[in-house]
Amino acid sequence: MVRAQDTDDLFDAAVIGGGVIGCAIARRLTLEGWRTVLIEKAADILDGASKGNSAILHTGFDAPEGSVEQACIVEGYAEYRAIHERLNLPLDEAGALVIAWTDAEAASLPALIAQARTNGVTDVSPPLTPAQVLALEPNLNPSLRSAFRVPRESLIDPWSAPLAYILQAVENGAVLLRGTEVTGGAFDGSEWRLETTSGVVRARVAINCAGNWGDVVDERLFGARDFTLRPRKGQFVVYDKPASRLARHILLPVPNKITKGVVVCRTVFGNLLVGPTAEDQDDREAATLVPETLEALKRRGAEILPALAREEVTAIYAGLRPATEFKDYRIKAHEGRNAVTVGGIRSTGLSSALGTAAHVWRLCAGLLDRAALPDPLWPRVPNLAEALPRGWQAPDNGGILCHCERVTRAEVEAALSGPVPAGSLAGLKRRTRVTMGRCQGNWCAATLAQVTRGRLPCPMAEAVE
Amino acid sequence: MSAPRVAIVGGGPAGLSAAIALRRTGIGPVIVIDRDPAPGGIPRHCGHYPFGWREFRRLYRGPDYARRLVAEARAAGVTILSATTVTAIHAGPVLELSSHDGLSSLLPERVLLATGCRETPRAPRAVGGTKPAGIATTGTLQTMVYGSGLRPFRAPVILGTELVAFSALITATHAGIRPVAMVEPGPRATARFPAALFPSLHGIPLLTGTSVEAVEGHDKVEAVILRDRNGTRRLVCDGLLVTGRFRPDAVLLRDSGIEADPATGGPVVDAWGRTSLDGVFAAGNLLRPAETAGWCWDEGRRVAGAIAASLAGGLPAPPPRLTLADPVLGWAMPQRPSAAGTEPRLHLRLSRPARGQVVATGGAGDRVGFAVDSRPERRIVLEAATLPAGPVTLTFREDPA
Ligand SMILES: Cc1cc2nc3c(=O)[nH]c(=O)nc-3n(C[C@H](O)[C@H](O)[C@H](O)COP(=O)(O)OP(=O)(O)OC[C@H]3O[C@@H](n4cnc5c(N)ncnc54)[C@H](O)[C@@H]3O)c2cc1C
Ligand SMILES: Cc1cc2nc3c(=O)[nH]c(=O)nc-3n(C[C@H](O)[C@H](O)[C@H](O)COP(=O)(O)OP(=O)(O)OC[C@H]3O[C@@H](n4cnc5c(N)ncnc54)[C@H](O)[C@@H]3O)c2cc1C
Repeated sequence: MVRAQDTDDLFDAAVIGGGVIGCAIARRLTLEGWRTVLIEKAADILDGASKGNSAILHTGFDAPEGSVEQACIVEGYAEYRAIHERLNLPLDEAGALVIAWTDAEAASLPALIAQARTNGVTDVSPPLTPAQVLALEPNLNPSLRSAFRVPRESLIDPWSAPLAYILQAVENGAVLLRGTEVTGGAFDGSEWRLETTSGVVRARVAINCAGNWGDVVDERLFGARDFTLRPRKGQFVVYDKPASRLARHILLPVPNKITKGVVVCRTVFGNLLVGPTAEDQDDREAATLVPETLEALKRRGAEILPALAREEVTAIYAGLRPATEFKDYRIKAHEGRNAVTVGGIRSTGLSSALGTAAHVWRLCAGLLDRAALPDPLWPRVPNLAEALPRGWQAPDNGGILCHCERVTRAEVEAALSGPVPAGSLAGLKRRTRVTMGRCQGNWCAATLAQVTRGRLPCPMAEAVE
Repeated sequence: MSAPRVAIVGGGPAGLSAAIALRRTGIGPVIVIDRDPAPGGIPRHCGHYPFGWREFRRLYRGPDYARRLVAEARAAGVTILSATTVTAIHAGPVLELSSHDGLSSLLPERVLLATGCRETPRAPRAVGGTKPAGIATTGTLQTMVYGSGLRPFRAPVILGTELVAFSALITATHAGIRPVAMVEPGPRATARFPAALFPSLHGIPLLTGTSVEAVEGHDKVEAVILRDRNGTRRLVCDGLLVTGRFRPDAVLLRDSGIEADPATGGPVVDAWGRTSLDGVFAAGNLLRPAETAGWCWDEGRRVAGAIAASLAGGLPAPPPRLTLADPVLGWAMPQRPSAAGTEPRLHLRLSRPARGQVVATGGAGDRVGFAVDSRPERRIVLEAATLPAGPVTLTFREDPA
């Protein structure tokens, strides 16, 4: 791994934070010809807000009209569609149903449909009758009142996508510094000197994408903050693969002002998830799971899809949305300081990342004179989506190592090597899905502990003396 | 590969004993497919006693027992294909296989599913908190300790007191692991004397009426939060060993058209071990939560008889389906019982401790009662011959407390 001390050269840009936003920005800047370094404090990328989300690629149909968020989602959605095949990323055009469970909610559908049209999502359906909805989704609780369909709301792989972005950046010359926290910094009129836990990093432009630490990093760089983070936790329950047959669409509730509400949807990995909750908290790191809340989610899931009551839960997880006191993103170019803050990317960052990166690029393009890469490399990430060809179906796969998720030894080896190898067990899971299935490592943890020995900073097991 | 007459999915005690019995009745070729690098099933990882009494009138440690079964299978001419996963089964029957070489398929005349069961990990249990490394099931602990000479923690809390938890304790002592406590949400240890004496002999506190509410720690487990009637408290440890609550490993039923029984978690079978898919049988712990290896071995032998008879064209039509009409009746199998079957008994488990009468009502309304006083972890065995004729419904008449 590269250490900060080894890189005393001057970068064009230092991107702080390896969440989906930082990865997308590092990619964009690299493709535009900037020499870029991405600095992440955790042992691997995607250790913050981006580690646990609903994995929906939103069209932005319900985003606030005229917001930065809405514009970034639309642009991000379009770019994802344009590039996903080249990077070997999945796109499951599941479509969404926004379901009204009460008469009051049903009455609010026309306004939501109008908003979708204003937001450029013109292919939404008119309000449907319960019979029409049940014809689309026969397992839904028949007590629903109405719904409308958003055909292009889609499902993606929430980890392979940012991994592909940073991989493309690195393969085209960017530097990734992990296990490195930015603790301070100063701009001398021409360049930034960033203090980090592994030495000084010099760059002409600094970009703060620190997610739930955005305000803290702003204070470290500028001595001031324009917003305050208050993470909003979202807990999820994941059902085993047989449950995914119960719903084809993403089942959305009518959103309220605070949250998009509890969603029931498949994942590209072939599971079904129910969540997230929306719980404000002060802790910026720990997304703790609360048994009563998980039980409540299961009950809600079984109200929406009664057959879910008989399905088995395989995983539980929680994520922290970088929420601020403002509804919209906090994206700000700091005049005369060659810096941009990309904060408060609360609940749509996976969808908007590529668009947010394009937006940020436009904010700082004038700062340096660089030519875009004429012929960038397009790495392909291993596919983990169930519906597309997987490693276990191909020859020379080394045999299946994780049976529940059908992860091969070759896939694990690949994830432990290459330009952006897994930096932690969690990172290895996100790259391959090992141990993420119904047995949660019961069968494969021992093999995995052997395969990863000496290759992860925090070993899975120690030798018995 | 030439088409085998019988393909057996899973080379544990059930699959191997069926394969041996089939070969000994002169049926061939018989192939056993196992996804592990070596056959033998769970006993391969259980470096402790007792295995083999029912089968061989000798006590073995798990790995020695597995070796003996495998040696007998090889001697009987069984073909064993390891490191090969059956990824799907369809009508035909057709098996889809994945190995190092990629996908392939197999068209045997008969299939026996013997894929065993596994413990319920942390996620489906109501254990909150964070998700650090150091949370393992007994299965993980055993494969680490006996298979790789590794240990995932040194001072874990053990959750659960089924028999397997005591097996975990033995494994722990073999690996220099010193559990800090054994925790049981119920009022007393599930496993009976003498196993329940074991923790106190080793100075490990057994905390009944206590649940694990949450796990703490970012990279590694640092503590657990325990809850009992007096409230919560924090117990420092470096791991959580989640034991028991076995579930059949029935994922192959998905998309296969084989009817599953939500009560057992396994396939619906009749007294000959037949599933609802033509030519497909099932045996061992796939049928219901865990029994001993000897029990599964016996099931394998019995189903081999049924498979042999079906290859000779001699099996009767499936008997009618049993109905469980009281929630106290947790599960029953075979779900289509018959006194004429290779399994002429009916196995029943309660969903909670209860005492009373299991009442079997036959097609003609005739009733037979069976007195039971049991707990969920205890096996109740009835002779199918004593059940009334026709489609049978079981109800429960509980004794007044
Ligand atoms: C429950 C939930 C559901 C969601 N569902 C969806 C969805 O379906 N669709 C969708 O589009 N979006 C969804 N989102 C939103 C999406 O996940 C977030 O918007 C996105 O992950 C934010 O990314 P980020 O890069 O801004 O932040 P993060 O992912 O938090 O990245 C910030 C990174 O900065 C690092 N860092 C912090 N401080 C420092 C420092 N001083 N030095 C170095 N590194 C530092 C952190 O370690 C972290 O890795 C959801 C979010 C949650 C929580
Ligand atoms: C920790 C522990 C301790 C135990 N201790 C004892 C004891 O002391 N004494 C005792 O009698 N019993 C003990 N048991 C129970 C005993 O191990 C089981 O009863 C027995 O192994 C069940 O046999 P089986 O053939 O049904 O399944 P298993 O032994 O589980 O074998 C199933 C086989 O199927 C294979 N398989 C699964 N799916 C597929 C697939 N899709 N494709 C290919 N192969 C597949 C697996 O790799 C496995 O080898 C213990 C169990 C555990 C978990």
